[in-house]
Amino acid sequence: MKKSTNARLKSLAYEAVVIGVSSGGIDALNILLPCLPADFAAAVIVVQHRHSDSGNLLAQVLQERCQIVVKEAEEKEPITPGIVYISPANYHLLIEADRTFAFCVSEKVNYARPAIDILFETAADVYQNNLIGIILTGANHDGSQGLKKIKQHGGLTIVQDPTTAEAEIMPKAAMAATVVDYILPLQEIGLLLNHIVGGKYERA
Amino acid sequence: MAVLKQRENEDIEIHLLLEAIYLKYGYDFREYARVSIRRRILRRLGLSGMQSISEMQHAVLDDTAFFEMLLSDFSINVTEMFRDPSFYCVLREEIVPILRTYPFIKIWHAGCATGEEVYSMAILLQEEGLYSRTQIYATDFNDRVLQKAKDGIYSIENIKEYTLNYQKAGGKNEFVNYYTAKHDHIIMSRSLKTQMVFANHNLASDNVFGEMNLILCRNVLIYFNKTLQNRVMQVLYESLCPYGFLCLGSKESIKFSSYADHFEQVVNNEKIYKRKA
Repeated sequence: MKKSTNARLKSLAYEAVVIGVSSGGIDALNILLPCLPADFAAAVIVVQHRHSDSGNLLAQVLQERCQIVVKEAEEKEPITPGIVYISPANYHLLIEADRTFAFCVSEKVNYARPAIDILFETAADVYQNNLIGIILTGANHDGSQGLKKIKQHGGLTIVQDPTTAEAEIMPKAAMAATVVDYILPLQEIGLLLNHIVGGKYERA
Repeated sequence: MAVLKQRENEDIEIHLLLEAIYLKYGYDFREYARVSIRRRILRRLGLSGMQSISEMQHAVLDDTAFFEMLLSDFSINVTEMFRDPSFYCVLREEIVPILRTYPFIKIWHAGCATGEEVYSMAILLQEEGLYSRTQIYATDFNDRVLQKAKDGIYSIENIKEYTLNYQKAGGKNEFVNYYTAKHDHIIMSRSLKTQMVFANHNLASDNVFGEMNLILCRNVLIYFNKTLQNRVMQVLYESLCPYGFLCLGSKESIKFSSYADHFEQVVNNEKIYKRKA
């Protein structure tokens, strides 16, 4: 990492980090999310592909290892820094201009509901260049168009190094769709987030 | 800066388009959750080959067929037989015994789309021996999907999933007993239709039309903004008899609604609420 890039990154106030992950996701999230401090200064919003009637256990499972609060996103809930929000199964997760969550059960996109592209595209509209988009392991192409849009809006794009991913298709598809800013293994993504976003968010 | 300006103009254009639809046709999408409606408009814009949302506004005013298409885009009709089977289990175990105490049962499916869940309810009540004293009102704002619901003819492609849902939902029979398969379709049994009435009703603008024992309004409120959600909650509340039941989608909640205090949740894991007297 060059020093000048670091300075530029640090001067931006990233409001949110969106993460898209598919097969191999729980293991990957279990490595990445524990890297984040409890007072992480941005909101983290995760779409994990999974079966339509899986319950809300995922957030509970992830919480066990994390300092940062992990919860399932709720409809109309205001999005707050210092919280990891997990998309509920079988609903698309969208971000409203007033920074609250919206849900939708329309058709699957890229064979998925929730679809990563939908979260990423609506997040890019709202957060513009104050957004970080991350694509992790997965065995389909979902998320690549969304990551491209984040890049177009001036956001920062990160992809898990495909050689370290359980399934390399999704990271590779994202890299093919847009020029990615960082290609890193999971732990280094955690370090990077700590470096450019970091802690110090104080809950009211 | 260019992106922001474009975004600002786009918001104005969407506002004007929804206003035009309301003034011309009376359909009110102005209080819908903006992010979903925006996605739908932009998708239609891409498919239409038009240059801007303003151009769509002209098309909507001049061309009824184009409006009808947009109306279909705005109405999300994804549904299935016994969607969320665990919900139907709880309905059968916890709510049916209470419904049984009424001499006559009135049920409203608000936003029934193509009707799969209406037939699911009819099957459940038939198996519980309650159907003959039930009246189901199934409503939607989209006449095209209402007609599909009335016909009760569905593609055979989902039959495996539906059968599985039916079993998981505690079905007491064989799902195949409730339909006839013909070519690539299934036709729901006529006996399921006897107590159903289908009618056009728009939650965004229409009002109470009866006193219900049970209302299902599942995955409908998520498409509305807070203002409209509260208006609709008032309509639903006033449409219920004292201690009547309201069922919402599995990830919907009345927690953020101004009517939260008027209801109590009946079971922990399902979104079934009871109207306080």
